[in-house]
Amino acid sequence: MTAVEDPTSTASAPEKLVGQARLRKEDARLITGDTTWTDNMTLPGMLHLSVLRSPVAHARITHLDVSGALDSPNVLAVFTGRDFAEEQGSLPCAWPVTPDMVNPGHPSIAVEEVNHVGEAVAIIVGRTKVAAQDAVEKIDVDYEPLPVVLDMEEAVKDGSPLVHDHTSSNTSYHFVFDAGDAGTGGDTEQAFADAEVTVSRRFVQQRLIPAFMEPRSVVVQPSGDNYTMWSATQIPHILRVMAAMVTGIPEHKLRVIAPDVGGGFGGKLQVNPEEILCLLVARRLGKPVKWTETRSESLMTAHHGRDQVQFIDIAADREGNVKGLRVRLLADMGAYLRLITPGVPALGAFMFPGIYKIPAYRFECDGVFTNKVPTDAYRGAGRPEATFAIERIMDELAVELGMDPLELRRKNWINAEEFPFTTVAGLQYDSGDYGKATDQALQLLGYDELRAEQQRRRESNDPVQLGIWFSTFTEMCGLAPSRVLGSLAFGAGGWEQASIRMLPTGKVEVVTGSTPHGQGHETAWSQIVADELGVPFEDVEVLHGDTAISSRGLDTYGSRSLVVGGTAVVKAAEKVVAKARRIAAHLLEASEDDLEFTGGKFSVKGTPGAGVGIQEVALAIFAAHDYPEGIEPTIDAEATFDPVNFSFPHGTHISAMEVDTETGFVKIRKYASVDDVGTIVNPMIVEGQMHGGLAQGISQALYEEAIYDADGNLTTGTFVDYLLPSAADLPHFDTGNTVHPATSNPMGAKGVGEAGCIASTPAVVNAALDAVRHLGVSDIRMPLTPERVWRAIHGGGDGGDRATAGTNAYGGASTETSSGVSTEASSLGGDK
Amino acid sequence: MTAAAHPCNEAEDTHVPQINVRVDGTSYTDDVEPRTLLVHYLRETLGKVGTVVGCDTSNCGACTVHLDGEAVKSCTVLAVQADGSAVTTIEGIADGKTLHPMQKAFHEMHGLQCGFCTPGMIMASIDLVGDIPEPSDHEVREGIEGNLCRCTGYQNIVKAVQQAAAEMRGAGTGSAPATHEAVAQA
Ligand code: FES
Ligand code: FES
Repeated sequence: MTAVEDPTSTASAPEKLVGQARLRKEDARLITGDTTWTDNMTLPGMLHLSVLRSPVAHARITHLDVSGALDSPNVLAVFTGRDFAEEQGSLPCAWPVTPDMVNPGHPSIAVEEVNHVGEAVAIIVGRTKVAAQDAVEKIDVDYEPLPVVLDMEEAVKDGSPLVHDHTSSNTSYHFVFDAGDAGTGGDTEQAFADAEVTVSRRFVQQRLIPAFMEPRSVVVQPSGDNYTMWSATQIPHILRVMAAMVTGIPEHKLRVIAPDVGGGFGGKLQVNPEEILCLLVARRLGKPVKWTETRSESLMTAHHGRDQVQFIDIAADREGNVKGLRVRLLADMGAYLRLITPGVPALGAFMFPGIYKIPAYRFECDGVFTNKVPTDAYRGAGRPEATFAIERIMDELAVELGMDPLELRRKNWINAEEFPFTTVAGLQYDSGDYGKATDQALQLLGYDELRAEQQRRRESNDPVQLGIWFSTFTEMCGLAPSRVLGSLAFGAGGWEQASIRMLPTGKVEVVTGSTPHGQGHETAWSQIVADELGVPFEDVEVLHGDTAISSRGLDTYGSRSLVVGGTAVVKAAEKVVAKARRIAAHLLEASEDDLEFTGGKFSVKGTPGAGVGIQEVALAIFAAHDYPEGIEPTIDAEATFDPVNFSFPHGTHISAMEVDTETGFVKIRKYASVDDVGTIVNPMIVEGQMHGGLAQGISQALYEEAIYDADGNLTTGTFVDYLLPSAADLPHFDTGNTVHPATSNPMGAKGVGEAGCIASTPAVVNAALDAVRHLGVSDIRMPLTPERVWRAIHGGGDGGDRATAGTNAYGGASTETSSGVSTEASSLGGDK
Repeated sequence: MTAAAHPCNEAEDTHVPQINVRVDGTSYTDDVEPRTLLVHYLRETLGKVGTVVGCDTSNCGACTVHLDGEAVKSCTVLAVQADGSAVTTIEGIADGKTLHPMQKAFHEMHGLQCGFCTPGMIMASIDLVGDIPEPSDHEVREGIEGNLCRCTGYQNIVKAVQQAAAEMRGAGTGSAPATHEAVAQA
């Protein structure tokens, strides 16, 4: 994709900035080191926190002696769960997906029992970080072990030991969506009973770690009964509300600031235990405090993502018309419910039907407690899991029918002329053309040539086989219509807020409620406002991430910023222009109706030349010497936008994979994607978002997996063991776009943050399978490590668990039944 | 790298060693605990917070600086080992207001998103181009293997390094050297 340049720029048709690859404003500080990461902050008298964390997955705390730590040099205080038992409340879970969902409560610091490795047990407050850290080892704790629950399929059985002994089972909730009951589809059981062909599969969505590059960090400064919190968070607004509710600090006494934030990917969409603990300690001591995690703490205690076992059945006739879809999920909650832990798999419920016209659909999900760190949002949150399952099962169905998988898809997908289309899950898809995106992607890849090469390698029995395969996907973005969120029992709305302040010198401040952490809001919002107000791009400053400046907002996640937040900016700008028009009319002694507004200037129709610029109006109304009677002297405006529908980006991704059948090594030979993200504000930023999403989605397919051993220790707790891809591990991406504007917002933007991550995982796995299917392989569990691929080729099955005897991830025998967990219950190798 | 007393030799010694180090052109003299890592000395003692910490196992490269002209992960070097050396950080590579070609190229090629990996990535890339003035795509990818980025998927970083390499060879794109202000306004 190349920059879109608008070659024509005339006075009558000012050059639009929207659509241009403007370089980013925010880079100036990021490339020079002039950054404001939370951990950079120092305040006079600031104290440093370190956290003693549980080394065991499930145990009662029988003895806790902190005196050794208290005696350490430069240690001011040590707190345990007992010190905060009365005031710490429970970390919030904002998404009770069913009325009877069991929420065991989530203390920020353990009081009597620990439920996962890494849970906070004591907090040391030191004059320096080193002093606080040194004292961690001087605390004496005895743990009485309790049975450790790790494997979801075991955990839901009758008689399983419990994660929380005050609950009656390890099942938090049972969520059902049945299209028949909802009136959006037929009877699923009947569809399966009548079907000529059914295919059933079990897929494992391994546990992943968001692994944002900036470790989490929190600073809290008390001032009387006011508190200011800086946090490396995606959600300063939500954090403020929630922290106020949890701690009892009145909301208007709490200001939350997200300064420069180094990535999030859903991982910083959280109200973290340590954020609450920093507030509690700062309140107790009346001193500013800071906590910054180490990478090991981050991997062990920041929430994880994915971790589902998916049972999926598809029904069709012999001609390949899909008749029904049935999904049953086990979703690992971990030990507690955090902010939207239960909602992530439930959100996926609506995306399993993908881009297909399926007459009947039923979805069931059990949220299951285990003694692991909680799961929650990670790039895509529910939608990658759904997309993976549907795109994999479509291929399996094609194999079963002896049909070309692309042909099967064409037969079942929604055609361009059928939009808007209401799916069996009840969503109304806005716009798109799946065929066009697919055709473009095939071209971009050089499909025919690669297929010919595949054939040659097959025939010559080349040890390195080639596979080429697809993912044709859609996702729901632009979270979200508030009423829909309400109907799903989500604890908040999905609107977004913007305000525009016209300064006397003509400069413009845009305040947005959507807080960026790498997405380039400052640039994109400036482009939008420059177009709307006709002011120079350089004259626009975008303010965000501070609840005292941007008082209303719902923050950044779910590819919502541009779609919802950007639209709020447009609406606010429209109001500014409307207000300025009255004043301009007054100044020009003309009727408002006779004014036209182009290029930032109001002029009387038919008399070009004379006129007044909106920036001059800003000065005039600041002076306020001469303005119409009966209006307030300001042209500032604000707007809140609540979308009426989600937006539905879609695309076709094609991966060509080389699989070395002798070593099991897989390599991406070529990757092409064509995405429809609606109207594009900045193609450079869109392309960057695609690249980053692709990297993460491909990495799920090939590299990443959080593994717990049989005792519940995270064995992938450093960057040595948890494999983030480097530049050498990833291919060049060929990306392209089709544009079908969204219909739910005036800009037509659909959202791009998650697309690459959602689409790429099944494309990579499907392609690897295409390379070795003729060798009898029909599934390989993610990530496709050489070991697994080799075992699948040479031993059958799906390659089994990664934790094998002799590796540090080995914890007894391996199981074939659960994601990333080794238990003694099952045999080595994990072949099904 | 200038040799310094091995930290273990100091373990029993309560004496706090003094170091002299030149950082981004300024000389500093400080008493440092022997176990202090260079990155912590830079951030906490000198306030050079442009250099960041991304991990505790020397895997991420976010902390990369130049020690006597060579890229090092400053979390793998003790501050005492930098005694007598010159350290350059991300804050010291621009020539006054004029950005280093590598900084400019990261901006122009959109080689960063959140920017957390960027200081280390830029410092590592400058070193790479010093060794390989005209690196291929593959050589860039191998050369920055020790620096992790979670945002960009690396493709634009590779482009940025190649563009900067061209400019540093004198085969630049012809675009004028960027200044801080120009970037802010671009
Ligand atoms: S902080 Fe030095 S390599 Fe990660
Ligand atoms: S730009 Fe965010 S980690 Fe590289």
